[in-house]
Amino acid sequence: MLIDINDVSHRYPGRAKPVVDDLSVRLDERRIAVIGANGSGKSTFARMLNGLVIPSVGSVNIDGLHTSRHGSQIRKKVGFCFTDPDSQIVMPTVAEDVAFGLRRRGWSKAEIAARVDDQLATYGLERHAEHAAHLLSGGQKQLLALASILVTEPDLLIMDEPTTLLDLRNTRMVADLVSGLPQQVVMVTHDLDLLADFDRVLVFDQARLVHDGPPAEAVAFYRALMGVDA
Amino acid sequence: MMHASLYRPGNSVLHRLPAGLKLSVLLAAGGCSILVRTPTQTTTALGCVLLGYVVARVPARAVLQSLRPLLWVILALGLFQALIMGWPRAFVIVGVIVALVLLANLVTLTTRTSDLVDVVVRLSRRVRFLGMRPESIGLMLSLAIRAVSLVAELADRVREAQQARGHTISPRAFAVPLIVGALRRADEIGDALAARGYDD
Ligand SMILES: Nc1ncnc2c1ncn2[C@@H]1O[C@H](COP(=O)(O)OP(=O)(O)OP(=O)(O)O)[C@@H](O)[C@H]1O
Ligand SMILES: [Mg+2]
Repeated sequence: MLIDINDVSHRYPGRAKPVVDDLSVRLDERRIAVIGANGSGKSTFARMLNGLVIPSVGSVNIDGLHTSRHGSQIRKKVGFCFTDPDSQIVMPTVAEDVAFGLRRRGWSKAEIAARVDDQLATYGLERHAEHAAHLLSGGQKQLLALASILVTEPDLLIMDEPTTLLDLRNTRMVADLVSGLPQQVVMVTHDLDLLADFDRVLVFDQARLVHDGPPAEAVAFYRALMGVDA
Repeated sequence: MMHASLYRPGNSVLHRLPAGLKLSVLLAAGGCSILVRTPTQTTTALGCVLLGYVVARVPARAVLQSLRPLLWVILALGLFQALIMGWPRAFVIVGVIVALVLLANLVTLTTRTSDLVDVVVRLSRRVRFLGMRPESIGLMLSLAIRAVSLVAELADRVREAQQARGHTISPRAFAVPLIVGALRRADEIGDALAARGYDD
């Protein structure tokens, strides 16, 4: 999908400083990463891409659809994975959470159940289908969150620090899963090890896009910016 | 653990009964409970419910777990009734409550939450009260059920954090982070629902 951002600035109500300042960028690569210091505006940027945040100035277009006018239409095609799986699992059990996104498709119960079983098997969660979602481990919860988002087959997946709460092995697992996805991905992350196979990396600092390029270059720029040597 | 009574997969007769029937039986039992007067009737009721647990092949541990949150209330009530009305009456009252709680728990243990929610959705389709969409009612119910486990988890975390910092638990020091945490969670879940296409 073509993400087209035109002269966007965003200020949260009651705040003097903008959290995204005068941003214009067009993105259509398959793997796009966003890095930058805490508070630099990455999450706000990510949430603009599916219309959860509507910028106070400027426009965000996803495949020609304007986020302020076509929010719910866009969200049907754009999946969003949050940092904390606990706040994105909305149903009591594992299978029900995966089924949740399919409920409005007018499918029969049997069709939904078959699709859910399939999806759980793909993500290695089939043994937990009837378990309470809150009893899964952190890594399994994030897997479930991803399974639930991807079951609706979005064209674009936005992820805001999907591995921050995960251990090394689960981080690896999520990273491998993401790199195998056919979808276009925009991932916000603090884990610079994940960037290697990305096509394009955006570096944010103090509400501004300060660098835009291939991973190695962007990471070098970011380290220098933070005053940390490689 | 507070969140004991969630569906346990199985394929006993009780698991396979329709959810609507199980809910009706539960409602009927609730209604009939006021007719129970003697210790013998109470024992019979308790026996029937426990038999249900055997049929559903639920381990005894789960039975005890479902009563644990109520333990103090039951003990206090039993003692109070015993002092005022005597032991037989206390046994009847406490026994009936325990039987009903166990029966309700048996229903949730042997029925998928989504099936229970479906029953409510079907009923509200007939009623269509307040002009609400039955599907939204179902969603609200599921969310409420999910919220219980989230808040229980949050409460555990707040308590642990306070103990770790050497605080004894004062109600205010407990309530404030719990409410703030719950509101933040609610906010995040609202976003997650919108992100998953449920914003219209
Ligand atoms: N809902 C909100 N209301 C007001 N201010 C907000 C809100 N959300 C974020 N902010 C502020 O906007 C700024 C940028 O926040 P944002 O979450 O986009 O940063 P970030 O780059 O994702 O940071 P981190 O790496 O810590 O996740 C911060 O100063 C933050 O306090
Ligand atoms: Mg962030």
